[in-house]
Amino acid sequence: MAKTPLQFRHNGREVAIFVDGGTNLLVALRELIGDMTPKFGCGQGGCGTCSVLIDGELHLSCLTLAETVTGRSVETLDGIKDGPNLHPLQRAFADNFAAQCGYCTPGMLMAAKALLDRNPSPSRDEVVEAISGNICRCTGYEPIINAVLAAASGGRARA
Amino acid sequence: MTRHRGRGIAAVNYPIGMNLGGDPSQALVHSNPSGKFTVALSSIDLGQGMKSVTRQICAETLGVPVEDVYVDTADSDTGPHCMGSFASRGTHRVGNAVMAAAREARGVMMEAAAEELEVNAADLETDGRGNIHVKGAPHRSISTKDVAIAAQFKQGKTISGRGIFLVPLSDVDPETGEMSPATCYAHACMVAEVEVDDETGEVDMVRMDSAYELGRALNPRLVEQQLVGGAWMGVSHALYETTEPHYPDPVHGPRDFVEYLMPGPGDICPHDIAVLERPAPDGPFGAKGPGEMCANPVLPAVANAIFNAVGVRIDDLPITPEKVLRAIRAQGGARPQARR
Repeated sequence: MAKTPLQFRHNGREVAIFVDGGTNLLVALRELIGDMTPKFGCGQGGCGTCSVLIDGELHLSCLTLAETVTGRSVETLDGIKDGPNLHPLQRAFADNFAAQCGYCTPGMLMAAKALLDRNPSPSRDEVVEAISGNICRCTGYEPIINAVLAAASGGRARA
Repeated sequence: MTRHRGRGIAAVNYPIGMNLGGDPSQALVHSNPSGKFTVALSSIDLGQGMKSVTRQICAETLGVPVEDVYVDTADSDTGPHCMGSFASRGTHRVGNAVMAAAREARGVMMEAAAEELEVNAADLETDGRGNIHVKGAPHRSISTKDVAIAAQFKQGKTISGRGIFLVPLSDVDPETGEMSPATCYAHACMVAEVEVDDETGEVDMVRMDSAYELGRALNPRLVEQQLVGGAWMGVSHALYETTEPHYPDPVHGPRDFVEYLMPGPGDICPHDIAVLERPAPDGPFGAKGPGEMCANPVLPAVANAIFNAVGVRIDDLPITPEKVLRAIRAQGGARPQARR
């Protein structure tokens, strides 16, 4: 089957790959580009650990056809740190012990970043709402919510 | 429609490790010429923090900084034998094995240092920052890195240690039937408050108050993390998770996280936790282990709270809205019990 050429920005860098028709963005990112930060969880859009930002908006990469991101900007967890410096959200997650097994963490961070980018000082309810599409099997929601609030109140959320 | 508040209590006496013992774990500790140490385990860290805790135990026993210890839990084909990460046994069983291995490795390290400093090993102590010096004479000192290099390239010694921890399998006394189910017990108590809707049968968590006695908390933040998350696993078992109603045929079971329910961030309620520390005589640095115990008291406490709220006694998990509603109808309406 003919492959489709696909060009988009991946964490600020222009990439060009060939994909089979029907390839989802998660597979394109992990297997073709080698960015392993979006995780494969349920593959059905139910767990949120594959979350990425497309033109700044939160999307489930497992339910996004790769071809639909042509010419757009895709941001993953791999792109949110500033060189060797962690993003304030990553720092807050570490400081607040917001990761246990860590499998949900990439999706939680991207959902939290999407929130703080549009609302730098959210309420607790707004944080809960923002991560409500993400499942944490260690059920450690409380430290995750606290970490997002800490990153927001630190005033460093827009790094 | 009325929403009824109810409160329930449960307490557990929780044995650490496999019932009746007979569940060994091994650990191997060795240094490499950089002066860093590796702990080899076949035990697995599932996110409960066993790597962090065994790292602390090893560093503390060796007398070196925690940064100088690496824990490798990679492979049960090549690692030393372990019964596994279950039954709240990680910190207690594996921790004891790591401690034994680190103690043996420390003995070799001190001998190697004694040879370099030309003193008796009994006169040496570690400073916990990567140096070994003569007691009372800190300037007579050598770094663990230099000791490791000397052991490797000059003395021809491996700085290493082996450890195993086994609670022997308890026999049954033929006369009395008596046996010793465990050597180490942790304890927990939980008060759960719920709100039950008598029209829909839905149960909402309002708050939880709990106390956990788990020996010494080797890493208090990890303990807290495990207790917070584990309590919600308990809620999940009590109210949400099941492969039913289609059991036993898995073909008709839940297919996704819409049908297989788990708590989400919107379900959580305030949870106040008190950690009590009564060090265990046979635990590593007095530790027992929070493990499964953090979920256990939640199930009966929630079931009791539902009874307190609407007077129905459900003994079949999970306590779904359908079961609550059918039970309320069967008794002709909600019957709130006295609140204490």
